[in-house]
Amino acid sequence: MSQSSTAPPALEMAGVTKSFGGVQALQGVDFVLQPGEIHGLVGENGAGKSTLMKIIAGVYSAGGGSMTVDGREVHFRSPRDAIAAGIGMVHQELSTVPDLTVAENVFLGKQPVDRAGFVSWSKMRSDARRQLADLGLKVDPRQRIGSLPIGLQQLIEIARVVFSGARIIILDEPTSALSPPEVELLFQVLRRLRAAGKSIVFISHFLDDILRISDTVTIFRNGRRVATSPAAAIGKGWVIEQMIGRGHADLEESYTGEIKLETKPAAPVVMRTEGLGFGRAFQDVTMDIRAGEVLGIYGFMGCGQIELARALFGKINPDRGRFIVGGKPRRLRNTAAAHRAGIAFVPESRRSMLFGQEPIYKNVSISILDRIAGVLLRPAVERKLAGRQVEALGIRPPNVEARLGALSGGNQQKVALAKWLNFPPDVLVLSEPTRGMDVGAKDDVVRIVRRLRDEGLAVVVMSTEPETVLSLADRILIMKKGEIVREFGDGTVTKDRLLEAA
Amino acid sequence: MSIPVEQARVDAPLGTMLWLRNQMRNIAPFATLLCLVLFFSLASPSFPTLDNLANILTQISVTGIIAVGLTFVILCGEIDLSVAAVANATGIVVAYFTAQDSYVNIANMPLPGWAAILLGLASCAILGLVNAFGLTLVGIPSFIMTLAMMQIGAGISALLVRGQIAYAVPPVVSTLGSGSVGGVPWIVLLLGVFLLVAHVVLGYTRFGRYVYMVGGNREAAEYSGVNVKKILNAVLVISAVCAGVAGMVGVAHFGSAQQNEFDTYLLDSIAAVVVGGTSLFGGRGGIGNTIVGLCVLGVLNNGLDHVQIDSFLKILIRGLILLAALVINVYAQRLRDSEARTGG
Repeated sequence: MSQSSTAPPALEMAGVTKSFGGVQALQGVDFVLQPGEIHGLVGENGAGKSTLMKIIAGVYSAGGGSMTVDGREVHFRSPRDAIAAGIGMVHQELSTVPDLTVAENVFLGKQPVDRAGFVSWSKMRSDARRQLADLGLKVDPRQRIGSLPIGLQQLIEIARVVFSGARIIILDEPTSALSPPEVELLFQVLRRLRAAGKSIVFISHFLDDILRISDTVTIFRNGRRVATSPAAAIGKGWVIEQMIGRGHADLEESYTGEIKLETKPAAPVVMRTEGLGFGRAFQDVTMDIRAGEVLGIYGFMGCGQIELARALFGKINPDRGRFIVGGKPRRLRNTAAAHRAGIAFVPESRRSMLFGQEPIYKNVSISILDRIAGVLLRPAVERKLAGRQVEALGIRPPNVEARLGALSGGNQQKVALAKWLNFPPDVLVLSEPTRGMDVGAKDDVVRIVRRLRDEGLAVVVMSTEPETVLSLADRILIMKKGEIVREFGDGTVTKDRLLEAA
Repeated sequence: MSIPVEQARVDAPLGTMLWLRNQMRNIAPFATLLCLVLFFSLASPSFPTLDNLANILTQISVTGIIAVGLTFVILCGEIDLSVAAVANATGIVVAYFTAQDSYVNIANMPLPGWAAILLGLASCAILGLVNAFGLTLVGIPSFIMTLAMMQIGAGISALLVRGQIAYAVPPVVSTLGSGSVGGVPWIVLLLGVFLLVAHVVLGYTRFGRYVYMVGGNREAAEYSGVNVKKILNAVLVISAVCAGVAGMVGVAHFGSAQQNEFDTYLLDSIAAVVVGGTSLFGGRGGIGNTIVGLCVLGVLNNGLDHVQIDSFLKILIRGLILLAALVINVYAQRLRDSEARTGG
């Protein structure tokens, strides 16, 4: 890199702290971003990297510490302030408007206008075409953006941030939805931006990507910055060790080693799907779900597994195929029917499973009220059963009256699991069971899932994070563009082979 | 009133301020009620009397019975705009199947009293089912669905009476609507029974818990295996049946059955529920809140008659009070949301 040593850093943060309702998310973090640098940011979920980026982008305000941009101290009160200071953020979830054209999306909110104040469509199209071409993207600006592949949409979104004048660009998990060629395209774009003097923060779980594209890598663990190093000087093993610390063998293995799968082909099939299809989301899904086995389903974001998980729990009704539960065909008309058929589900978003304003015990009892109450409620029984799970899962605080919203993410996830555990279902479907958790909570989830499996439950784990699937599953299905394309049954598997197959 | 306004939550680590903030939707309506009572008592010597208390209770009873059903719907985060129309239609159906005096020019079909009452209850239940069908099966938002039902109810009323007025209703209905026992009007007792039953259902039954959970987070209820559509169907039928009962006794109470008789009751009953502090977004509030809301409205309507005030100004004042209640309602919700965010 060629920057004079006298130039101030593009961004410098010193001693930044942030806490959410008693949970310390950032503890005195220092962070320096040089002009013309691609800076990789890694860490487990909940390590604090996203929180730091949201502070930079003005979404959160810091609890303490200082921040300078180009050597000038700044205090952002809103994302608008951050944008004005030249900071642009591209979130993991697309924020493009699917029904508008590429050009309209690129110029969203600041369309070029002619003298009379009307939108100048031709100028907008030609500008969009030229600017996208500058980044090496060949797209017809007249196309509806929703009709393009997700990867291309994401690149266009990055382009939008660049065109809006951002000099510091934050990319949160930009590659998780991308196919390998799209990742290459993204890297080309990033290199062009670097050459143009822009500074880029690149957050990703894909360590190989990080090490390949970054100039500098910073590692977060439990709300602290634990290391910063030139990317060329470090290896993957070292990064992983910094990320998760020592003494989490299972988890570490899921990043590095070969995982020995323990398929149980002899175990009874408790649920079977035959030729399941739902619109364009997934097609022809046939699979066996066996008692005492954890079935992992891995695929990139948007591969249809979210919809498949919902279909298994009756939330969406597939238009083709059928379910066979306990040897008999069953229609899962709604979630109540799936619940009666012995299926339980924990969705990827805790908020869509839990009642933040209610105490723990009401959150736990809601799904078993039909078993423990007649017409009248029996609050004493509810509290007792909830208390049993609070103890068994080590939920903190150990008080069934505690308001759910006051719990940490990991504890909320445990409550979501606890809903089903008083009367164990036959099939437990978990979508992204460890998303957004710190290492300790992840260990807990792995332990709980293994215990349930050993008790004879059939568990289905769906995730877009290969580590999650690898650390939990006994058998792995790979889902790609709505279809099951591969099964890893016996023998060993590595993260690389998983990624390759997807 | 001995029914508690939504039991205080056991939140040990919370400070007093936080507790007050959480309880704002319960405290504000109660404070409003106290202020109004105090004001009218000072402004008019005829206001704070036992007779007038009985007056107020009688005046709020028809609104109250409708509001009981609406409480269920609003707790689920839905709305029922057809309650007044359903009340009107049911009242007219009952009168239609009762023998009218010869000077009443309606082609009615006299049936025994019990049959007329059953037909009335059946018709409001059916109208409620149609609402439920539209909401959960077709997927029409309740706001629009019940708006259509409002017209349908008005249409049924119009067709049956054709601009005429009926007077006779079955004796039981007549007693409930306009009789009294030991000096207490039956209609007030009926309201008391409705409030009590609804309070027990909402607070102590499985169904009541589902209502709160569906209102608190519909998606989470669904992912917990609750049949959300069934709950929504049930609350819309409950709402329609409550409205129907209110319509029957209301007709007896007013002494006549005619078109557009209940029109003002739609706003009054929604106002009672919302002014009482039940969240418009669902999941928070209850019968205790509705009772306070009813009293606020009742005291306001009655009190304004006791002080010398321009009767046109009364309407404006009511509107302003409703606006204030809405501001508090939405503000309390925002406090709750921001807290949920920091927690999650």
